[in-house]
Amino acid sequence: MSDTQETGQTLYERIGGEAAVNAAVDIFYRKVLADYRINRFFDNTDMDQQIAKQKAFFTMAFGGPNNYTGQDMRNAHARLVKMGLNSSHFDAVMEHLGATLNELNVPQELIAEAAAIAESTRNDVLGK
Amino acid sequence: MRSIAIGESTFSCQPGESVLETLLRENIQVPNGCRQGLCQACLMRSLDNSPPVSAQAGLKDTLQKQNYFLACVCHPEQDMTVALPNHQGPLIDAAVIKKQLLTPDIVQLVLEYQKPFTFFAGQFVNLKRPDGLTRSYSIANIPTDENILEFHIRRLPNGQFSSWIYDELEVGAQLALSEAQGSCHYLPGRAEQPLMLIGTGSGLAPLYGIIADALAQEHSGPIHLFHGSRDLNGLYFIDEMRELAGKFDNFHYTPCLSGEDTDSDIAQGRAHDVALSSTDTLSGWRVFLCGHPEMINHTKKMAFLKGASMSDIYTDAFHVAQVEK
Repeated sequence: MSDTQETGQTLYERIGGEAAVNAAVDIFYRKVLADYRINRFFDNTDMDQQIAKQKAFFTMAFGGPNNYTGQDMRNAHARLVKMGLNSSHFDAVMEHLGATLNELNVPQELIAEAAAIAESTRNDVLGK
Repeated sequence: MRSIAIGESTFSCQPGESVLETLLRENIQVPNGCRQGLCQACLMRSLDNSPPVSAQAGLKDTLQKQNYFLACVCHPEQDMTVALPNHQGPLIDAAVIKKQLLTPDIVQLVLEYQKPFTFFAGQFVNLKRPDGLTRSYSIANIPTDENILEFHIRRLPNGQFSSWIYDELEVGAQLALSEAQGSCHYLPGRAEQPLMLIGTGSGLAPLYGIIADALAQEHSGPIHLFHGSRDLNGLYFIDEMRELAGKFDNFHYTPCLSGEDTDSDIAQGRAHDVALSSTDTLSGWRVFLCGHPEMINHTKKMAFLKGASMSDIYTDAFHVAQVEK
């Protein structure tokens, strides 16, 4: 899950790099916190740490530099799986990812690429 | 080759190595995660030189100012002395020069320190009494050449340290204090930004310092202070704050009472509710929250949802030490 494209500009670069990540994170996190379906998974977390993790998440979804392995994703979400995290919650997060990038006027084909990368973590996140 | 000093040890940073890689190679325990400068798990602080700017990307501005950096993306440009965030430096001595009741529950304590000591108003220090018992208190004043620190200390039921300050500590007595800590303070720049400050009880102490700092540095945007308490005994400095509001057009003060007490000049309700309902949006605002931990957690979320950027929200939660026995 850590390899980036080797040819030409990466998705991360085409989408706008770190500036795009920073713009996306606040919008995305507000959507998540306001969503009754999933916000219980975000209670009792330090919000500053959570923002840092969201940045890591977006960097990964944009195919940017990251060192997360599938095992890291499993470990990080194991506590949430115990709380009942399932595919419907993953879907909700995917929905907010798409809506956030739409709001930032990211072209549809790039949104599709980012969504595909995020989607590829589903089994690890859900501990399957 | 640069050297990295931590605690009693000094290590060589090999070419191409990050500070994190050097320390891990030498079996120094440093928490870490993404190793890309994103997750902030490997936050450390440089105790001497400024770290490379690239190792501070994404950190809160107040942490950058205090030379915090991310070890995983820090390639030293010069020798560095570093420490983990929970590192405790040497204590310095201070003498009590004033002790005065502000309300039946809150005492103002002023200490004079001898050695050089740097701080930002709104940061906190650990006060240690001769038998070793230690508590954290926020600094309510800005640095002056008088070398003093002002604290507002609330007497807690069964509070060992606060009761001792109330009943036994006398002017002239000596206390030891830690270096100043915490990232809830004012920084200049963006002088036109609106500020919202919300505090409960003695949470006014750091806010009082932050406001004095902002005004001294000619902050030009509106500054809104909401100070709340359940009863009148928890509100203090009402006259001082009203006087300040008379003196500075951009400073606005709203005292709030959430309990039975009423007063026609004081807003009815909890300070954070009154504050949050006073504006339609907090987009572009800088927000400071001090006092009760639950108030802070709740208000931080609400302020963020109301448009404040997470990097513009500064908090100082007053956790109460567990009572023994």
